[in-house]
Amino acid sequence: MNEPVVVDLATSSVRALNAELHAPGAKSYEVRSPQGAHAIAAGVDSEITVDVRGHVGYYAAGMNDGGRITVHGNAGTGVAENMMSGTVRVTGDASQSAGATAHGGLLVIEGSASMRCGISMKGVDIVVGGDIGPMSAFMAQAGRLVVCGNAGDDLGDSIYEARIYVRGTVGSLGADCVEKQMRPEHLTELRDLLAEAGLDHDPAQFRRYGSARRLYHFTSGNTY
Amino acid sequence: MCGIVGLHLRDPQLYPQLGRLLETMLCQVVERGPDSAGVAVYGDRRRVPEGHAAVSVLSREREALRAIPGAVVTEAGDTVVVAAPAEPAELVAAVRAADPAATVIGAGHDLAVYKGIGHPRVLAETYDLVHAQGWQGLAHTRMATESAVTPQGCHPFSVGPDQCLVHNGSFANHATIRRELAAAGHVFDSENDSEVAARFVADRLAQGEDLDKALRLLCERFDGFYTLLVTSGDGFAVVRDAIACKPAIIAETDAYVAMASEFRALAGLPGIAEARLYEPDPERVYHWTREGVTP
Repeated sequence: MNEPVVVDLATSSVRALNAELHAPGAKSYEVRSPQGAHAIAAGVDSEITVDVRGHVGYYAAGMNDGGRITVHGNAGTGVAENMMSGTVRVTGDASQSAGATAHGGLLVIEGSASMRCGISMKGVDIVVGGDIGPMSAFMAQAGRLVVCGNAGDDLGDSIYEARIYVRGTVGSLGADCVEKQMRPEHLTELRDLLAEAGLDHDPAQFRRYGSARRLYHFTSGNTY
Repeated sequence: MCGIVGLHLRDPQLYPQLGRLLETMLCQVVERGPDSAGVAVYGDRRRVPEGHAAVSVLSREREALRAIPGAVVTEAGDTVVVAAPAEPAELVAAVRAADPAATVIGAGHDLAVYKGIGHPRVLAETYDLVHAQGWQGLAHTRMATESAVTPQGCHPFSVGPDQCLVHNGSFANHATIRRELAAAGHVFDSENDSEVAARFVADRLAQGEDLDKALRLLCERFDGFYTLLVTSGDGFAVVRDAIACKPAIIAETDAYVAMASEFRALAGLPGIAEARLYEPDPERVYHWTREGVTP
């Protein structure tokens, strides 16, 4: 395999990095000294590999469409927001709104994610090795959210059709989010998701949550 | 949007570097608040000699301030720091007598507060922040939403002895609480919503509550968005509202506790790679006390 092209953000700008990643002259990149800068590797739209060595700021790997992007560190607000396809992996923790509004692809957070993980997710798969914060999967519309640790309060508030799997405890469920039966097809898709994320938990340890579908229409019974 | 940075040093070997570290942090949150910037430094002996109290003021009557007996007066743009071997309350009274039109922006045993409008990087130079020493400091870059861009409207708000408060967010019910505090005798220096929070905290501390309790009461009473960093003569505390959409990240090592709006402001700190990094939970008060010091 060819050596990755190294871009050091101590001497190069994020703008120059992203311009290169949008018209890549190589298959593989390594980004050094990210220093928490914003929008690192945002807008990648080809099947390149990007390894970022260190902590990143807001919107890292945002809008990813096909890239395999790994942050070897923590990520700030909105990592992989609006991802379309590809894979984003964070080896540390992620801040708020990880995977927000993402349509597709796989987001793996090996550590924990903060509040509003998967807010308004529209088809992305998110696998979190640790815990997720309050108000996660708020208004989630499609996709799967797998949490190997615990979930904070108000999980899945106003959820539409995403499926949530939690191995640990749930602080509380948000409006219209309920626990659902784990059927064989759910165990199968969960096993596949864990395998894809590189985790070996037993799917039988998880519980499934989703929409009670009581908020789809306005009725007088929708007060809570 | 505003930017907050704060540094509470545990290792005295870092005291001479406080200003340099704080300036590096401040310069990383410039985009979050380019209107104006304020800084507070605890224990800078250049401006507050040992055995002196200090009062920081926005004042044009600098000759009158220099005439205060025993006063050590230093200037930094709009800000004047008056130090003297007296109790802080006595020195505040002397400063007000010398310049009745002055706005007192900080007072305490080892606290200096700087305020000004303009680019935060330029203001950091005006304050000579890079050479400041001390054991604790904080800074704020402001993008104004609730009141005018003036030196008076800058954070930190320091309205009780050795206390400072900086705020990212906006309070919804500040006018109501302002009226209540005004009725109880509190006098306000600005129309800023964050000043109301500072006066509320100072009021609770004056009534004998500790910082932790005062901030839990603030969470009950105030409605709105906030990430707050609040410091006192021996403490450093962080709290966020229940929704917690205003960012905050904390780094702890044996040498310091640091807090900032974003990680990039912490990236230049020594030993950051080994620091414990985490985001404060909503409506939970995080509080550190200076070791070996009784309040």
